[in-house]
Amino acid sequence: MSIASGYLPILIMIVLGIVLAGALSCIGLFLGPKLRGEVKETPFESGFLRNGMAGHRYDVKFYMTALVFLIFDVEVVFLYPWAVQVRELGWFGFVAASVFLGILVLGLAYDWKKGALNWE
Amino acid sequence: MDILLEIIMIPAVLALIKIVVIILLFALPLGTLLTLMERKWSAMIQDRVGPNRANIGSFTGHGLLHLAADGLKSIFKEDCIPRGANKFLYLLAPFFGMISAVAIFSIIPIAGPIGDFTFQVADVEPGLLFIFAITSLSVYGAVLAGYSSNSKFALLGGTRASAQMISYEVFMGLALMGVFMVYGTTRVSGIVDGQNEYWFGNLIPMWGVFTQPLGFILFFTALVAETKRPPFDAPEGESELVAGYFLEYSGMRWSAFMLAEYIAIVGVSVLMTTLFFGGYHVPWLHLWESAPQWLVTILQIIKFSIVTIFFCWFQIQLRWTVPKFRFDQTMSLGWKKLLPLSLLNLFVTAFVILAFA
Repeated sequence: MSIASGYLPILIMIVLGIVLAGALSCIGLFLGPKLRGEVKETPFESGFLRNGMAGHRYDVKFYMTALVFLIFDVEVVFLYPWAVQVRELGWFGFVAASVFLGILVLGLAYDWKKGALNWE
Repeated sequence: MDILLEIIMIPAVLALIKIVVIILLFALPLGTLLTLMERKWSAMIQDRVGPNRANIGSFTGHGLLHLAADGLKSIFKEDCIPRGANKFLYLLAPFFGMISAVAIFSIIPIAGPIGDFTFQVADVEPGLLFIFAITSLSVYGAVLAGYSSNSKFALLGGTRASAQMISYEVFMGLALMGVFMVYGTTRVSGIVDGQNEYWFGNLIPMWGVFTQPLGFILFFTALVAETKRPPFDAPEGESELVAGYFLEYSGMRWSAFMLAEYIAIVGVSVLMTTLFFGGYHVPWLHLWESAPQWLVTILQIIKFSIVTIFFCWFQIQLRWTVPKFRFDQTMSLGWKKLLPLSLLNLFVTAFVILAFA
């Protein structure tokens, strides 16, 4: 099995997804009516008159979540090789991974204690 | 030239045939049917009749014609772009959801191999990891749609979607790690074949749902949250954000989002079938040694389809019977309960494997 024959089908699949979404997006351009209007192009706000742009700054509470995610996701990546090789690595691997998991849990406990996991 | 033909052309053509069969004959029709199934089933639960008006003469097909009617309607709808929208990102957003929904099917085997021919589009070594790398692109779809629409509801929906999806992605990987441990591989065909072993002679098949019961629940929860289905639908929040991140989309572009969502439901179902319910393997079929190959293949496809449709139904049932979570509840469920649980599951699984194997 060469690399090409292994991954090529997935590439074709992705291209199919692009074609599908592209086709669906374009149909409306050709078949739909084109009647522009002041009200129609205004973004929807439950029928109220527009109050400011959507682009203004607001407090993103999930900033902390993104940081915690970054840390955990990278640590998860380190665990994958151990998960697949768990039998071959035996108890040594288990202890090593336990230490690693322990640090992970400590980090989670710290985030929890510091209130990074609260969304009030 | 011959080498090029052998390496690229033949696998490409073969893959194309499989893709057409799997996507156009399985995923797309099932995804489209699900839109009707969802409406019908919700009507049944709420003691209504549901869609039954679209007709040709006196034929309504119990609402089946609504599929055609809805499709035709959205084809001929105007394609609006809201003023002030970032046009490029606005047009780009629907692609991500569709790509990630479709990509799942490239690693799913729907029947056992016959000789060299596999009923699987691609069987690569990193298998699931590779696919999760691609499917995590769907976050961008939600974020870009929300950001580019120049609408406050959409922006809030997009922010929520990104927070929810990255949160649940963490323990989706952790929950799946237990499966990798039990079957010792990330290759999908290896995991499926591993589930064809039996415990206690020929009594219980070693399906993922029996070897990893907690992992099964965690992974399913994570996938439902990833597809932003109720009870985790705060990003779409029909009652407070109207439709969330794709609020400003209209016509067929909106349908692209909906279709991607329903294909993703089918994708979740085939993943659950493949990883936790033995994939295409029909339990105890190996006892019938003289079974002809064609019959085995047909039985495998039937078994695969039944479990898949069951999970599609189960997700619809979930939507209409479980009250939705508030957004902070979704987040604390993920980080404070399911993440520690999945770490525990990982630890216990590794311990059991080493102690008893």
